[in-house]
Amino acid sequence: MTLRLELRTDAPRWWSGALTIMAVVFALTASGLVIAAVGGDPIRAYLHIFEAAFGSVGVISDTLVKATPLILTGLACSLAFRMRLWNIGAEGQFLLGAWGAAAVVLAPILPAGTPAIVVIPVMMLAGALAGGLWGFIPGILRARLGVNEIISTLMLNYIALSWVQFWVFGPWSEGGFQQTRPFPPEAWLPRLTDLAEAYPVLGGLTVHLGLIFGIVAAAVMWVVLERTRWGYEIRLLGDSPRAARYAGIDIKQKIVVIFIISGALAGLAGMSEVSGVVHRLQDRISPGYGFTAIIIAYLARFGPFRVIVASILFGALILAGREIQPSGIPAMIQGFILFSLIASDVLVRYRIRIHRQSPVVT
Amino acid sequence: MTAPAPAPALQARGIVKAFPGIVANDRVDFDVRPGEIHALLGENGAGKSTLMNILAGLYRPDAGEILLDGRPIAFRSPREAIAAGLGMVHQHFTLVPSQSVTENILLGLDRPRFRLQVGKSEAEVGRLAAQFGMRVDPRAKIWQLSVGEQQRVEILKMLYRGARILIMDEPTAVLAPQEIEELFRTLRSMTADGRSVVFISHKLGEVMAIADRITVMRRGRVTAAGISTADTSKTDLARRMVGREVLERLERTPYAPGDVILAVQDVHADNDRGLPALRGVSLDVRAGEIVGMAAVAGNGQSELAQVITGLRACRGSVTMGGEQVANRPAGQAIARGIAHVPEDRTGVGSSPNLSVADNLIMKRYRAAPVARGWFIDDTAARRLAEGLKNEYAIATPSIDTEARLLSGGNLQRLIFAREIDSGPRLMVAVQPTRGLDVGAIEAVHRVLLERRAAGTAILLISEDLDEILSLADRVDVMYEGKVVGSFGAAEADIHAIGLLMTGGGGGDMDASAAPSTAAPPVSAGR
Repeated sequence: MTLRLELRTDAPRWWSGALTIMAVVFALTASGLVIAAVGGDPIRAYLHIFEAAFGSVGVISDTLVKATPLILTGLACSLAFRMRLWNIGAEGQFLLGAWGAAAVVLAPILPAGTPAIVVIPVMMLAGALAGGLWGFIPGILRARLGVNEIISTLMLNYIALSWVQFWVFGPWSEGGFQQTRPFPPEAWLPRLTDLAEAYPVLGGLTVHLGLIFGIVAAAVMWVVLERTRWGYEIRLLGDSPRAARYAGIDIKQKIVVIFIISGALAGLAGMSEVSGVVHRLQDRISPGYGFTAIIIAYLARFGPFRVIVASILFGALILAGREIQPSGIPAMIQGFILFSLIASDVLVRYRIRIHRQSPVVT
Repeated sequence: MTAPAPAPALQARGIVKAFPGIVANDRVDFDVRPGEIHALLGENGAGKSTLMNILAGLYRPDAGEILLDGRPIAFRSPREAIAAGLGMVHQHFTLVPSQSVTENILLGLDRPRFRLQVGKSEAEVGRLAAQFGMRVDPRAKIWQLSVGEQQRVEILKMLYRGARILIMDEPTAVLAPQEIEELFRTLRSMTADGRSVVFISHKLGEVMAIADRITVMRRGRVTAAGISTADTSKTDLARRMVGREVLERLERTPYAPGDVILAVQDVHADNDRGLPALRGVSLDVRAGEIVGMAAVAGNGQSELAQVITGLRACRGSVTMGGEQVANRPAGQAIARGIAHVPEDRTGVGSSPNLSVADNLIMKRYRAAPVARGWFIDDTAARRLAEGLKNEYAIATPSIDTEARLLSGGNLQRLIFAREIDSGPRLMVAVQPTRGLDVGAIEAVHRVLLERRAAGTAILLISEDLDEILSLADRVDVMYEGKVVGSFGAAEADIHAIGLLMTGGGGGDMDASAAPSTAAPPVSAGR
C-alpha cells in the first residue's frame, strides 16, 4: 500500500475553511492525548480552559483584552503575508509603537493636562508612525537592495526590545525600576468599566477602545483588499509578481508601502496596549504578541475578519494559561495548532490517494 | 512498415478517465506496434496528455487496462514505466544546466552504484548517440547546448535507460526546420532498430511526414484509430480533429501600411543572467502591417519584446509614434497602447489563482468604467468580463473560475481578449500559438489579421516559420541578438530563413549545428 498526492482540480470554496477547522480539531485531539499521557483529563482540561476564557462576562472581557493586540498584529502579518512578504517583525513594530505612544506622554510631546480628545489621537499617530518606521526599514532594504526581510525583521525585533529597555531602565525609569511612571488618565483609552457609574453592570470590565481599533482596521482592510484598485494590485502581486509587473504595477513601491502599513498596524497594537491596559511603558510589555500574530495570520488564512476570530481563540488560550497547570499546556496547544495548519496546507491543493494493489513491473 | 498487424508492444483498451465536469478519456483504445511511429493527433483538451499520463503511470484510469507485451500493467511512477521500457520526453526539459550531458543522463540512475566512472559512461553515451545519428558531445554542459541539442539529451536519457517505446510530447514545437529534419532521421533510425515512437502533435504536416499510423482524438474520444498515413489526408485529419472543415485560407486585406508606429534603433540589452542578449537591433513596424520576427528560442527575441513593452532596461532608442518608450515603466507602455501577448502565458500573461474576471481587467482597472475613483466597480468589471468571455468564446464555467483551470487555448483567448480590448496601436505577440490546437491557432491568426486590418502595428515573434510566412507582410530574422536578414513577404523563403535562424547565413552551416562546446555563450540559450 502506498500513499500518493494528486492535484485537486475541484476544490470548492469552503474547502480551505473546513481544512482549517479540521486542523484545529486535530491539534486539540493531539494535545488532549498528551494531556492524558501525563495523567490529566483532557476533557476536563478543555472545559476548564473554556470556563476560564468564556465562563462569565468578566472573563470574556479579559479574553477580548488579550485578543486586542493579537487582532492588530495579526492584521499586520496577514497584510504582509498576502504579498508574500514575510514580516516576522510585528513584535518589534509593536514595541516601537508602544514606545512612540509613551513618548507623547513622557518626552513629553504634549504638555501635561492636554485633554484626552487630543492626547489619544496623537498617541495613536505616534504609535503608528513609530511602528511604520520600523516597517519602512526592512521594506526599503528589500525593495532597493533585495535584503531578505525575514532576517531584517527578525533582527529589528531585538533592536526594538533593547531600545525600549534602554528607555525604561534609563531616561524614563521610575525610581530605577524597569518601568516608567504611570500615564495620567487623559492618556488612557476608555474602558467599559469607566462607564460603571452610569451602568453598574459594566463594573470591572477592562475591554478598551483598542478592540474597536482592531475591528475597524479589519473592516477597512477587507474593503481595501476586496474593493479598491490598490487591493486588486496587492492580490495580483501576491499571486504572481511577474504578472503584476506585466500589468504595469510598481512592485518596489508596493513593497515599501505594505511594510509601512504592516508596521503601523503593529505599532497601533503597541499603543493600544500601553494606553488601554498597562498605562505605562515597561520591560516585557509583550508576551510575544508579534510572534503569536504569525500563527494567527496563518490560522485566518490572511482573511481580515477571520483574524478577529483566531485572535479571540488565542486570547482565550493565553488567558487560560494562567488557570491550568502545568502552564505549558496552552503554549503546547498553540504549537500543535500551527504545526497542524502548516501540515494541512498541502491538502488545500492536493488529495491523498491510497493505492492498495502493487503494480506488475516486467 | 509493419503488416499484417503484428502484436502490439503497448496497448491501451477502453481507457476511461473522468475529471470533475469533463470526461478526458472516454473508452479510448490505443496501441503501438514494434518498430512504428504512431502519431497521436488532437486539439488541446482532446485528452492526449491524459492518455499519455495514464500510460506513463502519472494518472490511474477509472476503467480500462494497459497491456505491455500482452501483460497487464499499472505503473505508479515514471520510474517504473521507464524500468519497463516506456519512456516519455516532455515538452519542458528536465535537465540540470550546470552539469554535462553524461551527468544528466546518469542522474537518478541506480548504477553505477557508488563510484562514477564518467569516462566510461561518456563513451557509452557517445556510442548510443552515434547509433541513432544524434550529434551531441557527451562532455558538453547543458547550458551550452541549443534547444534541439537539449532535446537529444532527453531522448538519450530515455534510450540509456533502455526505452523500447518512446513517447514524445510536441517535440517539434521548439525546433527550427533543419533541427526537425534531424529529429525525424533519429526517430526513423530508432524504429529501424525495432523501437516504437508515440509522436504527439497537432501539426498536420509533420504528422503526415513522419508517422506510419495516426490516431486522432477529439473531446476525449478516438475519432480515427490507428489509420495508416497512406490512407488519409491533411483535410481528412483536420476534420476529424476539429469536427468541422478547417478554413485553410485566411481572409486578408491588401497590404497598405501606414505610418511607422514602432521604431527600434540600435538597441542593446542584457538577459536575466547579465549576458548580452540584444546587440544592436534595429527594426520598425508600420500601422496595419504584421512584421514577423523569426528566431530560434534564446536568440534575444524574448528580450526584445520585453524592451518594447517596458519590462526590460536597454541602451538605444525605442520610439512609438515618435515618443521615446525605452526604459519607461511598463504602466506607461500600457497607457500608450502597447498590447503584449507574452511568451509565458501562465507565469506572466495571467495570474493563475485569480479569477477569469480579475485576469480580464488586468489592464483596465486603472480607468473608468472599471475604476470608480479609488474603488473598483464590481458590476462594471463583471460586465466587461462577461462581455469579453462571450465575444472571444472563452470556455470557462464562469468568470469566477480561477485562471489556472483554463486550458492553454482558452487562456490564450483570455489574454488576446484583454489585450485587444484595450484598442492597441501596437501589438507585440510572442509565440502566440505555441502549444495551441488547430482551432485555437486559427482563432489567434484570424484575430491578428483583424487587428492588422484595423490598423494596428503588429510585431509577431515566433519560432513557427509556417505561421510567420502565412501571416507576416515582412519577415526579420534574428540570431544571437542581431537582425541577420529581412525579407518582404513575396521573397521570403523558408529554407533561406531557416538557415539564417540557425546561424548558417554568414558561412558554414555545419559549423553552427555541430555539438557546440565551442559555441559563444549567447547562442547557448536559456
